[in-house]
Amino acid sequence: MAKHHVATTVNGDAVEFLCETEQTLLDCLREELDLTGAKEGCSSGDCGACSVMIDNRLVCSCLVLGVEANGKSIETIEGMADGEELHPLQRKFLEHAALQCGICTPGFLVASKALLAKNPNPSETEVRYWLAGNLCRCTGYDKIVRAVMDAATEMRGA
Amino acid sequence: MAHVVLIGNLRQYTGGVTELDINAASVRQLFARLSEQFPELKPHLEEGLAVAIDGQIYQDALLQPISEGSEVHVLPQIAGG
Amino acid sequence: MQERVKKEPEREFRVIGTRPLRPDGADKVTGRAKFGADFKMAGQLVGKVLRSPHAHARIKSIDVSKAAALPGVKAIVTRDDFKDQGSEFVPAGEMLVNYRDVVRTVMAREKALFEGHPVAAVAATSESVAREALKLIKVDYEVLPHVMDPVDAMRPDAPLLHDDMITAGVTPAPTKPSNVAKRVEFALGDVEKGFKDADVIIEREFNTKPVHQGYIEPHACVASVSEDGSAEVWVTTQGHWIVRAHCARLLGWDISKIRVTASEIGGGFGGKTVVYLEPLALALSKKSRKAVKMVMSREEVFRASGPTSGANVWVKIGAKKNGKIVAGEAILKYQAGAFQGSPVQPGCMSAFAPYDLEHVKVVGYDVVTNRPKVAAYRAPGAPISEYAVESVVDELSERLGIDPIELRLKNAAKEGTKAAYGPKFGPIGLIEGLKAAQDSPHWKAPLGKNQGRGIAAGFWFNIGGETTVSLQLNEDGTLSLMAGTPDIGGLRASLCMMAAEELGVDLGKIRPIIADTSSLGYNFLTGGSRSTFSSGMATVEAARAIIKEACVRASKLWEIPIDAVTWEDGKVKPAGDNAGKHQPMDLGDIAKIAGKTGGPIIGYSAITAHGAAPSFGVHIADAEIDPETGKATITRYTVIQDAGRAIHPSYVEGQYQGGAAQGIGWALNEEYIYGDDGKLQNPGFLDYRIPVASDLPMIDTIIVEVPNPRHPYGVRGIGETPIVPPMAAVAAAVKRATGVRFFELPMSPPKVLKGIKDAKANGGAKATA
Repeated sequence: MAKHHVATTVNGDAVEFLCETEQTLLDCLREELDLTGAKEGCSSGDCGACSVMIDNRLVCSCLVLGVEANGKSIETIEGMADGEELHPLQRKFLEHAALQCGICTPGFLVASKALLAKNPNPSETEVRYWLAGNLCRCTGYDKIVRAVMDAATEMRGA
Repeated sequence: MAHVVLIGNLRQYTGGVTELDINAASVRQLFARLSEQFPELKPHLEEGLAVAIDGQIYQDALLQPISEGSEVHVLPQIAGG
Repeated sequence: MQERVKKEPEREFRVIGTRPLRPDGADKVTGRAKFGADFKMAGQLVGKVLRSPHAHARIKSIDVSKAAALPGVKAIVTRDDFKDQGSEFVPAGEMLVNYRDVVRTVMAREKALFEGHPVAAVAATSESVAREALKLIKVDYEVLPHVMDPVDAMRPDAPLLHDDMITAGVTPAPTKPSNVAKRVEFALGDVEKGFKDADVIIEREFNTKPVHQGYIEPHACVASVSEDGSAEVWVTTQGHWIVRAHCARLLGWDISKIRVTASEIGGGFGGKTVVYLEPLALALSKKSRKAVKMVMSREEVFRASGPTSGANVWVKIGAKKNGKIVAGEAILKYQAGAFQGSPVQPGCMSAFAPYDLEHVKVVGYDVVTNRPKVAAYRAPGAPISEYAVESVVDELSERLGIDPIELRLKNAAKEGTKAAYGPKFGPIGLIEGLKAAQDSPHWKAPLGKNQGRGIAAGFWFNIGGETTVSLQLNEDGTLSLMAGTPDIGGLRASLCMMAAEELGVDLGKIRPIIADTSSLGYNFLTGGSRSTFSSGMATVEAARAIIKEACVRASKLWEIPIDAVTWEDGKVKPAGDNAGKHQPMDLGDIAKIAGKTGGPIIGYSAITAHGAAPSFGVHIADAEIDPETGKATITRYTVIQDAGRAIHPSYVEGQYQGGAAQGIGWALNEEYIYGDDGKLQNPGFLDYRIPVASDLPMIDTIIVEVPNPRHPYGVRGIGETPIVPPMAAVAAAVKRATGVRFFELPMSPPKVLKGIKDAKANGGAKATA
């Protein structure tokens, strides 16, 4: 079965790749584009470790087919920092020790950034419910929530 | 002489003896003496054990010295997860 | 809210106790860090495993011919490719391993003993070809009756998993085989005598279900075997020297031929201390002459990797009216999965650990069942046994009308107490923890409607073990630190902090790596709460070795005796009468002359770390129960635990919070659900429900510091104890919120609802059995 040709934009760069029909966007990012920041934790959209943005919408890339990326604009964790300058969320995660093993961290950062774009001043409850789709087994979420709210404060200039 | 207490299943290989006094200056000597006295115990002393000397637990410490009058417990090794 | 309670006056530290950014942090927040599945080798094949669909079946034949003929399939392995191993417990590092069971866990031989048991593995040019190939492998199974839990497996008529399993630890030995691999017993004093003195005796039976460690990163590895028989493995693991040992043994290769590199690890909690894919990947690579990458799916992780035991636990505790516990007895039946080796022994030894008891007797049974072989899970065995004991202690506090903290203070183990497992305790922080709980704002906070508060204590032994650290002084005075215990969350930061403290240098001058098995001396795995303790001890030794050598070089350069030289504030200085004649030299100055005064300077420490000390914890849990749905929500939670000395407090707090969250999941939601056919019905994160961010409140922590006198900085291991108290604390909270005591985990909404309804129907609060 011949592969499909996909032309898309990832983190602002125009890219192309070939993929099989059943390959997910997650597979394509990791295997075809060598962007291994998004992780495969469950392949069923339950853990959020594969979170990316497609046309400014937060999705689980394991639930999107590679071919669906054609013509769209994708943002992954690799595009979050601005050159050498970490995004405030990235900095706050480090300052608050909001990661232990770090496998869920890219997913949480992408999801948190999507939250703050939509709601720059979330309450603790709003943060927790927004991030309920991202599983973490190491931290118990406490420091993650603190980091997100601290980043939100900084980003509001408050 | 050190006072030795055998913890757990080890007593099954000593005919029920759980406490005894033994002349041993190191863990290695202790195991050797115990094996001489209770031959059935020997294979169980080779691996999988910890030794507590006056409350300090040692795992994999054949050369650890045992002083006169020490209280020594022989117990199963602990790992973790 | 995060707090500290210190036992001794502040030692002056420059770096220890601060909260610097972790050295591996930038890579982890940018997606640059490489985990198990993030690595690829040129031309690699994809490896996939064919797994038994049956919980128990004889494997009569395996026909791989059609699969081998499929274009793109480069190698297939089955039981024929792995030499059988005799039944013998051998040390792999410090663990006792029966390789006859390990070879069968990795690849089934005579029988499939659990649904998901590997039966064959293929390596192909793509994932889709590999999956196609699996479908073409024909296996002839003779399906056998299965048995899924320990109580059923102990019945005389239960289906037998191993027809040569004679229960060890029973004299005289049984004449017939059974599913009971071992019986263990730990006793102090005489419980019969002890119970005679009791004014109150409470006896309860508990049942818990197997729960998975739940690491978000599935098992993954890449293996490559060269034409000369040497091999490389990249793998996510808690112990790459253990991976090396297991693979060498199973494949019959020299240990020196295998070089294992540990990737960053996405969670382990004990579940990544064993091998599953690595021997298969190596065998496939050898056959195919190409690198082979193998990654488990989440479904495979649930179906085929070891959870911890489910168990049946009976506990009997007797006490006097004034609260003094006079005797404690327990019988633990833990399931090991398909092969022997549940953590029933440490479960027995830890069950009554928080208490000063004269009379204790704990008996344990290690029982096999048709489920995956259990693997270690954070304080293996202790969460189950201490859940049961702490729950009975809680019931005792209600029965006697004594505050649960007061009851525990009255009976608490302390320095000099004879532990239930034998030796006397050194200094420990249980009483400090209980008092900190009493003084905490949480304990005094008012409760609302349908809310209840519970408290429980917990313990883990902690271990030391074989450890090697190498610290290199670079030419510009910076340092490179090589440790060998994989960093599962904060270790590299803590090691650099200890080195910086010893050497008197800026933290930023020290960069750490976790070395591979060919680059560093042996290291036992990360587990047993040992890495900060053991690698820390070795790091301090290595740093002191550098200081010593720096002094030697300076003394030779200055042509003064070695005892005329001293080390102060990160510099070598002349001491005494020679003071002022020579300029002090820092490590940069020493490094410049190193090559010319004898060679590169390295601090090296290869030790079996001794002196690990236990960590006691106390948890306070508030739960609110929705009377209409039975759903329990944790509204407030505090972890109080003795760290000895917190090197990096943020990562100590993180361990406390993470362990508590796992325990809360164990208490309220997590369980494996099997059908009558022995097949797992919830092999995914949707239905195997671990706590999510919206389930939990902020988790407050109080770090108690009763230093461990046998570590240079007083460190105690802390990673495992946090998972021990939560189930009992939550169960006690549920009792006080609903009036109903539950004896089965998880306390999921349907069960709690039924319990509440039954209690109402029976006219008031009553314990459900």
